[in-house]
Amino acid sequence: MSAQPFLIAAAALFSMGIYGILVRRNAVMVLLSIELILNAVNINFVVFNQMLSDVLLNGQIFAIFVITIAAAEVGIGLAIVLMLFRNRQTANINEFDLMKW
Amino acid sequence: MVVNYNINLLAEAKASYTDGGIFAEFAWIIVVLPFLAALLITFFGKNLPLKGAEIALGSVFFIFLYSCILFYLNITKGVASEFFVNVGSIGSFEIEFGWVVDGLSIMMYFVVGTVSLLVFIYAINYMEGEIRYTFFFTSLTLFAGSMLVLVSAPTLLQLLIGWELVGVCSYLLIGHYWEEKENSSAAMKAFITNKVADVGLMIGIIILALTTGTLRISEILYQATHDYEAIKSVAYIAGILIFIGAMGKSAQFPLHVWLPDAMAGPTPVSALMHAATMVTAGVYLLGRLFPFYQGIAHQALDVVLIFGVITLFSAGLIAIVQDDLKKVLAYSTVSQLGYMVTAMGSGAYTAGLFHLWTHAFFKALLFLGAGSVIHAVHTNNMSEMGGLRKEMPRTFMTFIIGTVALAGLPPLAGFFSKDEILASLNHEGHNFFFIIAVAGAFITAFYMTRAVLLTFYGEYRGHGHPHESDSMMTTPLMVLAFFAAVAGWVNIPGIYTGFTNWVTTRKNGIIEHHPESFDYFALFSGLFAGLAGIGLAYYIYQVISNPENGDEKIKFQPVWRVLENKYYLDDFYFKYIVDPIKITFAKSVDKFNTEILDRFINNFGNVASFLGRVVYDKLDQGGIDKALNLTSTGTDTLGSKVKLIQTGKTQQYIMYFLTGVIVISVLVLLVL
Repeated sequence: MSAQPFLIAAAALFSMGIYGILVRRNAVMVLLSIELILNAVNINFVVFNQMLSDVLLNGQIFAIFVITIAAAEVGIGLAIVLMLFRNRQTANINEFDLMKW
Repeated sequence: MVVNYNINLLAEAKASYTDGGIFAEFAWIIVVLPFLAALLITFFGKNLPLKGAEIALGSVFFIFLYSCILFYLNITKGVASEFFVNVGSIGSFEIEFGWVVDGLSIMMYFVVGTVSLLVFIYAINYMEGEIRYTFFFTSLTLFAGSMLVLVSAPTLLQLLIGWELVGVCSYLLIGHYWEEKENSSAAMKAFITNKVADVGLMIGIIILALTTGTLRISEILYQATHDYEAIKSVAYIAGILIFIGAMGKSAQFPLHVWLPDAMAGPTPVSALMHAATMVTAGVYLLGRLFPFYQGIAHQALDVVLIFGVITLFSAGLIAIVQDDLKKVLAYSTVSQLGYMVTAMGSGAYTAGLFHLWTHAFFKALLFLGAGSVIHAVHTNNMSEMGGLRKEMPRTFMTFIIGTVALAGLPPLAGFFSKDEILASLNHEGHNFFFIIAVAGAFITAFYMTRAVLLTFYGEYRGHGHPHESDSMMTTPLMVLAFFAAVAGWVNIPGIYTGFTNWVTTRKNGIIEHHPESFDYFALFSGLFAGLAGIGLAYYIYQVISNPENGDEKIKFQPVWRVLENKYYLDDFYFKYIVDPIKITFAKSVDKFNTEILDRFINNFGNVASFLGRVVYDKLDQGGIDKALNLTSTGTDTLGSKVKLIQTGKTQQYIMYFLTGVIVISVLVLLVL
């Protein structure tokens, strides 16, 4: 079985994620896009693990780690967004220029 | 580290002398104590109930007690030892300080201790309410310490230090009332005259030190008495130079001019320093170095004798014409110092020191008595005194005792010491000098009687109502009167010659004539001279005239005028030494200073300033500062440009990041 369709699917998912990050104005949507990228990575891990016939299932285990990390990251990200929203009454990422010089 | 030498180990000595034990070992305390006391007075004196006088008094009281103990030891056993503390070395010269405890220094400790104590007590009352009261006691205490540094010196260096210190204290105390120009000039005169003499002393010390290779007096004396060739070759010149130093401090003609002017100081100062102790330093120095003078510098001793005789006679004559009571006593002091120096010059070591000893008591007494009178009548001039014997009986009685002691009538102190000097001159065959010394005795008796008659007899010519001084002032007078009466009894030829033994514990081969019994020729010459002087003065000022216009009877011109002008010595000094220096020398030095030195220094300064300007402009401002400024402005400009990409827009950052990732990926792909 060829890995190509899976890899294409992962690449597509990754590209969608990048697109989402770059163009969405809503911070929550940006966070969602990041999740897409992470999932694309997960697919790659699983696919390459199958292709290489790794009996120790490193790919799968890594995918589980990534999911865990992603959950934590979203938790923090959402908390930040929530605080920003409370202060600015908006979640538009273009309004946030705290890191400006 | 303290090194102790029993002096007798260095020279042949009687076995009965001791090293003085623990009291000699700790004699440094009496030298150090006054300095500590002076320090304490300086810092805490003003806040104490007696304004610092109690500390001063305490320290001299301790000195007095300690010197009494040493004195007792010396009388009973004889003490001779010296202690050295090495503080370093210059080349081969060991710099040592220390203290000598032998007959000569113990005698001086006792004189300094006793007279200081009495004068301090007297001064507490005398100086009451005067300006700079605390400072007065600081200086006086400092003087006591300096004098002890001088008389305890086992090395010539320490001696010189003490010598200069007493000079400084003398300067401070003569100029106590410096607000008046006259007083500060007197202080300056004393200091400078002494300094002129000190140059001689210093050169003499340097010569001795270089030829003997040591600064220790005992070592120098040992070499002087044991046929060392080096010291022999310089003995004459060194002896003369050291005597020049002694001439300054002990006010010998022609360097005596400062002492009468020094009477500008408060009377206790005159009594302590300019009568009893400081001015005898020169005689002490001659005594200390006596084996050297007698052994190898006896030609220098002849010079000493001549100057001594000139001094005793010339100063005595001036005393006759003085109207200022203190100046009479001052010239009398000069004259008596002349006697001491004469004694030293004629080889009579003991007689000179004996006269120093008795003179310290009766002259301190006379000065304090004069102070008591001056305190009562508020003037120094005898023409405004008179008739005080009724108002001031105790001062009068003690003053009479002092006068008789000075005039040399038995059984008071001056009789014995003056007789011994006369006997020595007679014995050595100095007939001419003997006659002058006898004439000096006559003059002494004359001017002292005149002073007494003018002050205490006749009618009171001053203002107000003088009355007897406080008991705090008269008690020291009585104690001193006691000493003036009995101090001579310690050296009566044929009966008791204790003093001779006391001051010769350092047996460095002094050969002198010790009269076994009285020299009756000298004795009666001196006695008759004294009686004649008193008689003549009494005849002139009481019998044929009265104290007010007695001077008219003896105003023989032009002698009187010459004497009144002090032999024109001051004018001579001013015309030929002070003025040439002031006008010619000082002016040319000033010219040299302004036109050559200053110009050089100005040019130097200008060049330096120019160089500094160049360095500042070109190197500092143009180089270093510019580089630094450029660095900072460059960073600033760059930063203001670069900061623009910090937009704060997250998506823009991600954009840049992704662009970078893509570019790097493409590059990696291409390279691979």
